[in-house]
Amino acid sequence: MLSLRSGGSTILKKRHGVTEMNKGSKLAMGIAAISLLLVGCGKATSSSSSKGSSSEALSGKVTAVGSTALQPLAAKAGANFTAKNSKVTLTVQGGGSGTGLSQVQAGAVSIGDSDIFAEEKDGIKADKLTDHKVAVVGMAPVVNKDAGIKNLKMAQLKQIFTGKITNWKEVGGKDQKIVIINRAQGSGTRATFENAVLKGTDAVKSQEQDSNGAVQKIVGSTPGAVSYLAFSYFTNKLQAVSIDGVTPTDNNVETNKWKIWSYEHMYTKGTPDKATTAFLKYMDSKDVQDSLVKDMGYISIHDMKVAKDAKGTVTQN
Amino acid sequence: MEQTNFQLKKQDAQSHEWDVRLHRATRATREDWLGRGISYLCIGVIILVVASMLWFITSKGIATFTQNHVSLWKFLSGTNWAPDQGNIGALPMIVGSFAVTFAAAIVATPFAVGTAIFMTEISPNKGRKVLQPVIELLVGIPSVVYGFIGLAVVVPFMRHLVGGSGFGIISATFVLFVMVLPTITTMTVDSLRAVPRHYKEASLALGATRWQTVSRVILRSATPGILTAVIFGMARAFGEALAVQMVIGNAAIMPKNLISPASTLTSQLTTGIGDTIDGTLPNNALWSLALILLLMSLFFNALVRFIAKRGQLKNGR
Repeated sequence: MLSLRSGGSTILKKRHGVTEMNKGSKLAMGIAAISLLLVGCGKATSSSSSKGSSSEALSGKVTAVGSTALQPLAAKAGANFTAKNSKVTLTVQGGGSGTGLSQVQAGAVSIGDSDIFAEEKDGIKADKLTDHKVAVVGMAPVVNKDAGIKNLKMAQLKQIFTGKITNWKEVGGKDQKIVIINRAQGSGTRATFENAVLKGTDAVKSQEQDSNGAVQKIVGSTPGAVSYLAFSYFTNKLQAVSIDGVTPTDNNVETNKWKIWSYEHMYTKGTPDKATTAFLKYMDSKDVQDSLVKDMGYISIHDMKVAKDAKGTVTQN
Repeated sequence: MEQTNFQLKKQDAQSHEWDVRLHRATRATREDWLGRGISYLCIGVIILVVASMLWFITSKGIATFTQNHVSLWKFLSGTNWAPDQGNIGALPMIVGSFAVTFAAAIVATPFAVGTAIFMTEISPNKGRKVLQPVIELLVGIPSVVYGFIGLAVVVPFMRHLVGGSGFGIISATFVLFVMVLPTITTMTVDSLRAVPRHYKEASLALGATRWQTVSRVILRSATPGILTAVIFGMARAFGEALAVQMVIGNAAIMPKNLISPASTLTSQLTTGIGDTIDGTLPNNALWSLALILLLMSLFFNALVRFIAKRGQLKNGR
């Protein structure tokens, strides 16, 4: 059985029909956190494996909390997993990467979902956590169609987001004011984008939205708007922008020709119990990586021809 | 002799027994105790919950100043909000919150008072049959729906009307206006109905017209109640998170005008909480924002009590 607790206010839809959690989910997080604390004590003491019965007896309780970008995949994979292991209770919740990392560090949940490396987050002791990379997400700048922009130089993109360029005509578009839509500070998507594009410079203060879905809707409807989104959120109302002539495609991410991408992590603390280990193994299996991951707009970890570490150093596989 | 002695003893025993019986609690008394016990228990639990919440928010909220050693003055007067870089000037959010609150109250009050007068003085019948249900309906609509309507209708409308992105204080004011209207209206209706009938009769008997009676007698004597209604409306506007967050743009910059994106204490809280880690400055700073919200709602409550007291004095004169 899989219980997916979403806040109810799923307003905006992802391209693949996967709904994204919105505000309500964060409010629900409070309640969820409390119930976790209550449940947490009795967590996942993986079935006192009764006399000799082997993998059949896999049971226990797995809770995965965190990144909303990973949530749809984790929920779908979790549903498939529990269909095969009916004695395992698997709960997938959103709440944000920060919540995922701090909850797993506190030992309140079995898996902390995150868009960013634990090393990148202040207040997280990364050496206490074990990283399991389960997918890759490519992100690209998106602009409103009216702006007339299809390609930008990396330097121009940086100048736009630092507030040096304020009109689209300066980069070959329409005479239209640039409206920057950022993700919230501390968001994994924003961190990935800023690492790749701004490289340490601070972004200009601007509007902030707290989900991919909100960004998708607002950029689509606001003239002159620019933001950045995971590939799976592209729609025909948005113009995904190429950078230095490189188009944002899965293939370009796999070879690192497209620089803005990040792993989706599932972090565990200490030695995970049997059910959690089995689920993580399932996430890495061909079943998930070759079909589910691709179907849902992510990039398979198996297809990557490069690897990136927490410091952003890229090496060939 | 022995006989009497025996009788005396018997009498003694009897009176003792009566003594015990009379002093024993009756069933009614025990019910009384039980009832009292239950209500004390409930009150105790509520006091415990409230006290621990106050303690929790306060202790978390002051951590910014005690652990991270940010000066209170810098927090309250700073205009640079970038918690990831260690800058936590909360003034833009404080100003934003007050701006939307006052603007919404100023816009909503005339409508609310007008509606209330219609419902109590002009057409009580229609008021009860038509307006009452409509207003109750407005109360029941969840705030996410208001926010969504704001995002889909108010924001584009403002964009066409005044330009810019459409996100900003004015859009938030519009949404909050509709949200606080029922609060202010119902409470104003109550206070108008509470005006003693003989005030009205005396005024009419003296030859005052209906309008003179309403404006100079009824509204005048209901003023404390109306003010209370407005403050309750403001408290609701101040604490509203979701709907405001969807239309204000969440830009942590000092609002320069009503049409540029701004942010409020609540919108910043809901946007940021999922991406921060317990115990770090960005997280503590959000708790400090929550503490401001808490103090403000205490202030609103105190204000209501103060006005109620003043009102009583006035009636006594």
